Amino acid sequence: MARFQLTPLTRRRLARFRANRRGFWSLWIFLGLFGLSLFAEFIANDRPLYIGMEGQAYFPVFQDYTETELGGDFDTPADYTAPFMADLFAEKGATVIWPLIPFSWDTVVRDAAPYPAAPSARNWLGTDNDGRDITATLIYGFRISILFGLALTVASSVIGVLAGLLQGYLGGLTDLFLQRFIEIWSGMPVLYLLIILSAVIEPTFIWLLGIMLLFSWMELVGLVRAEALRARNFDYVRAAKALGLPSTRIMLRHVLPNTLVATVTMMPFVMNGSIATLTSLDYLRFGLEQSAPSLGKLLSQAKDLAVQAPWIPLSAFFTVAILLSLLVFIGEATRDAFDPRRGP
Amino acid sequence: MSAETVLEAVDLRKTYQIPRGPFRKPRDLHAVNGVSFALTPGRTLAIVGESGCGKSTLARQLTLIESPSGGRLLIDGKDAGAPSKDERKALRRSVQMVFQNPYGSLNPRRTIGAALAEPLIINTDLDAKARGEAVEAMLTKVGLRPEHADRYPHMFSGGQRQRIAIARALMLRPRILVADEPVSALDVSVQAQVLNLLMDLQEEMGLAMVFISHDLGVVRFVADEVLVMYLGLPVEQAPAATLFGAPRHPYTKALLAARPQIDPDERAGRPAPLSGELPSPLNPPSGCVFRTRCPLATDRCAAERPALRPVGDSLTACHFAD
Repeated sequence: MARFQLTPLTRRRLARFRANRRGFWSLWIFLGLFGLSLFAEFIANDRPLYIGMEGQAYFPVFQDYTETELGGDFDTPADYTAPFMADLFAEKGATVIWPLIPFSWDTVVRDAAPYPAAPSARNWLGTDNDGRDITATLIYGFRISILFGLALTVASSVIGVLAGLLQGYLGGLTDLFLQRFIEIWSGMPVLYLLIILSAVIEPTFIWLLGIMLLFSWMELVGLVRAEALRARNFDYVRAAKALGLPSTRIMLRHVLPNTLVATVTMMPFVMNGSIATLTSLDYLRFGLEQSAPSLGKLLSQAKDLAVQAPWIPLSAFFTVAILLSLLVFIGEATRDAFDPRRGP
Repeated sequence: MSAETVLEAVDLRKTYQIPRGPFRKPRDLHAVNGVSFALTPGRTLAIVGESGCGKSTLARQLTLIESPSGGRLLIDGKDAGAPSKDERKALRRSVQMVFQNPYGSLNPRRTIGAALAEPLIINTDLDAKARGEAVEAMLTKVGLRPEHADRYPHMFSGGQRQRIAIARALMLRPRILVADEPVSALDVSVQAQVLNLLMDLQEEMGLAMVFISHDLGVVRFVADEVLVMYLGLPVEQAPAATLFGAPRHPYTKALLAARPQIDPDERAGRPAPLSGELPSPLNPPSGCVFRTRCPLATDRCAAERPALRPVGDSLTACHFAD
């Protein structure tokens, strides 16, 4: 038998996860959508995937070409959506392969005016107030939401688990002071802080991540601390102490695994919270910079145009709702999988 | 203290402070209230007493998991309360512990091999191969097979797990082994095997052993010397043969009388069993702590705490022992 073996417990947990059909399928749908959105540039882009022209092959998705390189007049980056380029390609008999959606999230669809344009064969979900294709915005916004959520969840889990471990395992004054600090820190009005900060700087992805991380790491501390408090009195932890193992090793090897069940169970919900917060900050315009695709900004446009252009609120709403629901279903299935009181 | 003594306790104490709200002074709980003994290699000291008498606290102090709040602990003649962290670490290596519950003392997520090799990773420079060999040798020594190293704790029976716990305690070749009720969680049929293993290893490695138990039958089998504790205080300290043959303290007598006895004739002549509850250690009786349950108690016992004094070849803390 191979060295890598699933323990019977892990196998039972996987079986329980699979037994929750809704959660199981949610996971696959989520992974599928996320995987697709990672290749958003190949699905929705204002550059062709491939141009075959006069025996030459061009890949505009990967590389910038100037207009002159493609046989045009100006020495500027080629604008593939311009009618001039279409004429040029037709004249030279070029083979042009476009992505499924020939717009990027920031492409202004020229001939769809007046904006917002209703859904059509070209703009499947219509355009927004600035003439940008909504389908493309949704794909890119979905990606950035998930990446933000994932990054924030992972970073705040790492910090939160470490802080909880230190508190629970070391106890005493460390525990007392960190706990009081967390109580004070969690009383900070995050929203006002963000409003003030966004007046000073324009928050980029990294900035926003850092600021949110300042407050979100506290979510898991309580859970992990409780588990570590319990585990420090286990006989095998005592035995490790008697063997003279250093505290860091005892914490990471013997105490940490006990806290993982609680952490893993909470993670989908933490991620859900992160995405919802990002979306609401974007909605209030204190979120990501203006030049970033975002579901929240689409929603805030929708607020003003709900009657004239119902396709904007509907598509944004359904995307956010589906994303958050998928995560909740995955979270529920994870919780079931780790619940020892459930049957096999 | 003789040159051979490896473990010596002098008036060892442990006091816990029980908080009683922000404005009142915390109350002192004397879990261990002055225990002294000396132990030489190859000898076994048994510590006997009811639940809550301070046995396990004493064990945690001896293994340096908790530091004493009074008295001195000497390991190999060196003070275990030494200020230097490195010295304490070195001393800690020479005292190892076997726990009561073999189901709790092994990390369920790590293989036996990993658990046994762990102390070597920290405390020695052996490479992975040498560690593996040391683990296999130790497994053989405690009566298991080398191929057991790849298995997880849940694949073993209680007796086998206790053997593994013993193997882990002995990986660093300690001079002193503290066994906290090592067989009380095991079936009677397995107890004897584990006890014999402990005694064989003791002889082979010249271990000094502190054996904590409430089972007098087991104590009689392994102990050279016995220390009886009541409410954190030693009440009688004697060589095993003396203690079982001629107990001096009324508590020891009561404990011995409470052993299950098969022969009805022997049962008939015994003194009445102890009545009453163990008093709260937060509020111990004045004078002799045992007086509330003692058949011999008088006014003197309430007024004056009896000191440990030699009677025959045992030490007894009772005004009336002779």
